[in-house]
Amino acid sequence: MRTAFDAQDAYRLMVRMRLVDTALTAAWADGLVPGEYHSGIGEEGVNAGVLLHLGPEDALALDHRNTAPLVGRGTDPESLMLEVLGSDRGLNGGMAGHMHLVDPAVRAAADGIVGASGPLAVGAATAARALRPGSVAVAFHGEAAMNQGMLMEAYNLAVAWNLPVVFVCKDNRWSITTRSAQVTAGSPVRRARAFGLAVERARGQDVRHVHAAAGRLVHRARAGRGPGLLHVTCHRPDGHFEGDPIVRMLRDPLGQAKVLLPGLVAAVRDDTGRGLRDRGHGVAVLGGRVGRAARDWALASHTDPVRRGRRLLPEEDAGRIEDTELERIGAAAGRARAAVADRAVFGAGARGGTR
Amino acid sequence: MTARTVAPAGSLELTLDAAVDHALAQAMAADPRVLTWGEDVRLLRRTLLARFGPDRVLDTPISESAFLYAGVGAAMNGLVPVVELFMVDFAAVGWSAILNGAAKMADFSGGSISVPLVVRAGYGGWYTDGGQHEQALWGNLASYPSTNVVVPSTPADAAGLVLTACRLEEFTVVLTPKLLDAQMLDYLGGASRSTVDFSEVVPEEGARGPVPRLVEPTPFGRAVLTQDGDDVGLVSVGVGVHRCLDAARALEEHDVRAAVLDLRTVAPLDTEAVLDLAARTRHVVVVDEDYRRGGLSGEVAALLLEHRVSAAFARVSVERTIPFAPHLEHAVLPNAGRVVAAALDLVRRDPMTT
Repeated sequence: MRTAFDAQDAYRLMVRMRLVDTALTAAWADGLVPGEYHSGIGEEGVNAGVLLHLGPEDALALDHRNTAPLVGRGTDPESLMLEVLGSDRGLNGGMAGHMHLVDPAVRAAADGIVGASGPLAVGAATAARALRPGSVAVAFHGEAAMNQGMLMEAYNLAVAWNLPVVFVCKDNRWSITTRSAQVTAGSPVRRARAFGLAVERARGQDVRHVHAAAGRLVHRARAGRGPGLLHVTCHRPDGHFEGDPIVRMLRDPLGQAKVLLPGLVAAVRDDTGRGLRDRGHGVAVLGGRVGRAARDWALASHTDPVRRGRRLLPEEDAGRIEDTELERIGAAAGRARAAVADRAVFGAGARGGTR
Repeated sequence: MTARTVAPAGSLELTLDAAVDHALAQAMAADPRVLTWGEDVRLLRRTLLARFGPDRVLDTPISESAFLYAGVGAAMNGLVPVVELFMVDFAAVGWSAILNGAAKMADFSGGSISVPLVVRAGYGGWYTDGGQHEQALWGNLASYPSTNVVVPSTPADAAGLVLTACRLEEFTVVLTPKLLDAQMLDYLGGASRSTVDFSEVVPEEGARGPVPRLVEPTPFGRAVLTQDGDDVGLVSVGVGVHRCLDAARALEEHDVRAAVLDLRTVAPLDTEAVLDLAARTRHVVVVDEDYRRGGLSGEVAALLLEHRVSAAFARVSVERTIPFAPHLEHAVLPNAGRVVAAALDLVRRDPMTT
């Protein structure tokens, strides 16, 4: 049972996910999302391409960038947004926030510890095989998570036990605010192959491409022929999280320079410390990181998966989908925002967001 | 017990995280064995990178089990690594390095080697990060042998304690309050958005303060009586100390004079200071951002029993998974209102109190 690609379904999912993330990043900027927020903007092609293959029996283990895949999986957007906005009327009663969302109705749960989605999916796959034959478990993780021991152990276990699990590696090239290439040996794909995982590769901006590659792995796992890894390239325009210092440097270089330079200049000039050569090297390392980010961001400006997905269907169909989704998600976001409007966020004045 | 570290004239005015970096820089300048690694440290500790070069400030992958255990190996072989984690919750991924490695190797050697590893990790909440990113865990850490656990509440103490940690040649975990970390708050508010205001929860005297240009080491196991009072003794560390000071001000309105004891290190614990406070005030409230069971608050109660000090006792601590929603989070953490209620309950229930 391989799912045929339907451009309308894919575009609808991507638009819905983008709208929820846009609503949440706007709410973050407006101070309505307390704490951190890691948006899935840029990952819609990956999310939709994989999720379209899943049925109600399949399980999903997510990482810190989980709101978009949950929405794509069918979680009620208003309930999800209420949770992320810190209301106790949200999906998890205010216990989860955006990093630890759990929705048993769609058999999906997130874990904020990098790498944890892998072993969680392995466990879900053992349950799938025992209790729901023919179903699969899918783990979403980043390429940086592949440096986490527990994820490598999960790959090994998945192959050793021949489990129906698909690992989806969303490779955005950054480990928090460190370039992955600088702290990673070998390549994600070669590493996955070494475990004996069936490996497929796809470009995340091309949802049809992702869908085809994911379909082969999901089909294979469903049939009991073993686990796989889907390696997908993607870009995170908003950085690691809202407020990412590197993204701030790209968007407001002068403002950030005023904040950062005095401390750096003082450090370079300090009487004690290493010689000029080491200090210069240190400053060059920092400059190189920002320069590399600028290059990554410039190169990725034409890789928006939603914009590309729009080209796959007739203009009027795309417009109709956008109107419908905008009305639905816009209304849900409006209600969620109204529920927490005018509250004091922190301290003794914090209220339940239920007005 | 000792007096609060007083910064001399000509001191720097630093945030708590900058104070830690300042002390670490002093240690790195004095001792070439001291170096630091962790996730994103070249960006977070860019001033150290610019001053000491990339050989002594290293970025790690997201690999807590490897880079924590590597810290143990480096410490056993002549370096003094300061291994940094954004949050102590993440150390759980590599906990064996702490429990089975760092806490044990010096003992296994029969005293022939030392493990001068310093783990520097953010701890705690009050800014809404949820139950995997706001834990304290010092009760657990302090239960291990040969492990120092440091929790500063002011920039000056943070600097002095970190300098000691770098010089002591012993395994030390330094837990710095994320709520007092200016860089962290700047990411979540500050230059990123002007629409959130942390001033309701951030205690000013903890977030920023005078730090000597030349830091003096602050001894471990020496608590500070931050405020004196006869009626009830409030015992805490880290941000909890500031909640206690707020509570003490509120208690004055009820004619209750509260003493506030800042333990500064959970291990070693200044038992003398705790016992003295309890014997004097006869009412003790432990204010603990860590879990209630098996931790600091129970340890203080056991101390009083073991030393036959009779005192009415209460604890204000974390009793469940820390929720994300701000109002639920506030209720679960030991806020000043809970401290006041616990203290009043003790004092009013006690027939010995006038």
